[in-house]
Amino acid sequence: MEIPYVVTARPETGIFNAKAGIWLFLASEVMLFGALFTTYILLRIGAPTWPHGELDVALATVNTAVLITSSITMVMAWASCLTKDFKKFRLYLGLTILLGATFMVIKYFEYSHHFHIGDIPSKNTFYAIYFTLTGLHGLHVLGGMIVNSYFWGPGSKMWKSEPVRFTNRIEVAGLYWHFVDLVWIFLFPTLYLL
Amino acid sequence: MDFTDIHEIKKHVRVYVTVFVALLALTMITVAIAQLHLSVPAAVAVAIFIATIKGSLVAGYFMHLVSEKKVIYAALILTVVFFAALMWLPIFSQSDTIVYKNVP
Repeated sequence: MEIPYVVTARPETGIFNAKAGIWLFLASEVMLFGALFTTYILLRIGAPTWPHGELDVALATVNTAVLITSSITMVMAWASCLTKDFKKFRLYLGLTILLGATFMVIKYFEYSHHFHIGDIPSKNTFYAIYFTLTGLHGLHVLGGMIVNSYFWGPGSKMWKSEPVRFTNRIEVAGLYWHFVDLVWIFLFPTLYLL
Repeated sequence: MDFTDIHEIKKHVRVYVTVFVALLALTMITVAIAQLHLSVPAAVAVAIFIATIKGSLVAGYFMHLVSEKKVIYAALILTVVFFAALMWLPIFSQSDTIVYKNVP
């Protein structure tokens, strides 16, 4: 059985089905992170004092640059599919995965430092919300890396049989990845700088 | 946007690079402003303002929202409405000034 609208646009929406699906998923993700941001605001305005300068701004700045760079390599991977340059696609998607891994390694060092000195989620509401927000975001990065690794490796076989469908898959994976970057763009100043 | 014409795609790649440089620059500006130790309301306003610009660049250009189909805009407008309602909750809770009198 052939799955409809994986390559061509569905007439009612003007987009292929996976794109409609990922945007609806991202809309639900906005609400998920939105709820946690609201929690952060409530905890912060309700607290008599709020810790400041406890997190490593330098490491977080590097991580911000890493994620921003991974966003451009992701979009370049998709653009390489459009120009039918498979080698460049693999290069850019490979770089995206590596940059995602770099982000996670830096986060690991950050977390281990906090755990080592006893800054654990149960210490106070600041660390509770910090670990919840960054932990959930980290899981999203990990999820994106798994999907991207599949498209870089075994999933890339589709390029030979159905290149347009494969390109659409990369676009959808890219939309998710950029969203993960977008969430970090707001997490960085909220948690580290304010 | 026409993503079938190779020249058009190359033009878009140049836009992506420009957006990338702008995002890095805005990150540096955010960190630099944080070192000025502004008052909390001013610091929040500036940081969120810059983050919104960065987020708009990512959504607009990397996620192609500058030229998407109406159905995506419709879904996102609904999301924005609900997100805004969610963000207003803490403000409503703060403005709740009910004073309980004669509570034993």
